[in-house]
Amino acid sequence: MYGFEALTFNIHGGYLEAVVRGHRSSLLTASDYNNLCQCETLDDIKMHLSATEYGPYLQNEPSPLHTTTIVEKCTLKLVDEYKHMLCQATEPLSTFLEYITYGHMIDNVVLIVTGTLHERDVQELLEKCHPLGMFDSIASLAVAQNMRELYRLVLVDTPLAPYFSECITSEDLDDMNIEIMRNTLYKAYLEDFYKFCKKLGGATAEIMTDLLAFEADKRAVNITINSIGTELTRDDRKKLYSNFGLLYPYGHEELAVCEDVDQVRAALEKYPAYQSIFAKLSYGESQMLDKAFYEEEVKRLCLAFEQQFHYGVFFAYMRLREQEIRNLMWISECVAQNQKSRVHDSVVFIF
Amino acid sequence: MMAQISPYAFSAVGIAISIGVSVLGAAWGIYITGSSLIGAAIKAPRITSKNLISVIFCEAVAIYGVIVAIILQTKLESVPTSKMYESESLRAGYAIFASGIIVGFANLVCGLCVGIIGSSCALSDAQNSSLFVKILVIEIFGSALGLFGVIVGIILSSQATWPAKTL
Repeated sequence: MYGFEALTFNIHGGYLEAVVRGHRSSLLTASDYNNLCQCETLDDIKMHLSATEYGPYLQNEPSPLHTTTIVEKCTLKLVDEYKHMLCQATEPLSTFLEYITYGHMIDNVVLIVTGTLHERDVQELLEKCHPLGMFDSIASLAVAQNMRELYRLVLVDTPLAPYFSECITSEDLDDMNIEIMRNTLYKAYLEDFYKFCKKLGGATAEIMTDLLAFEADKRAVNITINSIGTELTRDDRKKLYSNFGLLYPYGHEELAVCEDVDQVRAALEKYPAYQSIFAKLSYGESQMLDKAFYEEEVKRLCLAFEQQFHYGVFFAYMRLREQEIRNLMWISECVAQNQKSRVHDSVVFIF
Repeated sequence: MMAQISPYAFSAVGIAISIGVSVLGAAWGIYITGSSLIGAAIKAPRITSKNLISVIFCEAVAIYGVIVAIILQTKLESVPTSKMYESESLRAGYAIFASGIIVGFANLVCGLCVGIIGSSCALSDAQNSSLFVKILVIEIFGSALGLFGVIVGIILSSQATWPAKTL
């Protein structure tokens, strides 16, 4: 019952909630990012990071460092924390934590299938997969020729199986179909996660439905912008939008017929929550849209920590950590390529 | 029909509730605080000793229950069967029952209140140690609720005079 979670939440979730709040306190702050942005080489970055909680993960790396190594080790820290929490969790928190990783599983599946299509080696692709989205039979994805085989051979045993019913066709896999498959899977996953959170009820439902609605809307806008000028028909585009969120259903009608970014902006300005995002961009500009969306997302994720006794803090922490890793990757790339002036283009400060 | 239930039954139930439900409240509060405290102390070990105060406030609630139960059971006297349903006896029985319920339920909610605040206190202290003293003030107000119950319960139980034994 909403309002009385405080009475029983701590029986199963109290310890882990306190643990995740402790992890949150170790997220990098604006002053850390300022120090990192001043670095000249990747070794400087490693030195600065060894003063933070990433220290033990980076200290054994030999120089010369690569940006991919830095990102890999930082992701490893997130994976360790996640696994520690998952093995201590009971139902329904354990199911909730697993749901958070299905997005990475979808990304890994698409990565391997695309890589196989372009004739890359399976081992090389496996190394590039996100560790949170690994599952047992992932290597055998390279064998499948079309989606039906993909499902029958590999995916029917994974948690992604129920999401496949909408996109099984006998067509062979090619770049366009794979992107459509990725978005269809992600749509089914978001809707499933949304239903699960609503079933949990209470503060978790309230906070998570809000965060997931923003995610769904963000993806709808990205799908629209990315498919302007491609062969994707309007009906196909509409099929990729999730059936919840602030933009459902009227915003989706408008987005489906958009042909350029300014029409998208016009469609979204009717929603006060998203109007502020577009207000930051001048007309005709879409490069900074990603950063504006990330900033809004980070703001909402930080707000999830304001309330106690709900599961939203776990989701928010994972997303904030992923944003931090994206920031570190961007900073490392800028430093490695000597383009420090562009560093602030894409770094989103968390606090 | 209520007047046909023995006043001893009412008194006994009252004493049981005063200790039982108080301990329920204290235990509930302690586990709410304790689980958050343990988790938060992993990243911030300095909070453990100060935040034990929350646990002590919850424990005090159980002690109030014990004290009142002991006081109530000293008020229980035997009366001859002929006098058992006189209005004096009924009054004494009801007084002890009411006292027990007052103390028990006041301590239940007090323990819950202090426990929930203690959990938030531990989590905020781990992030920012200047918050501890301020949240402690809230806890002190919360624990006053149990005291109110004890005071009223003791005043009420002093009214529990059974009829004199002489015929």
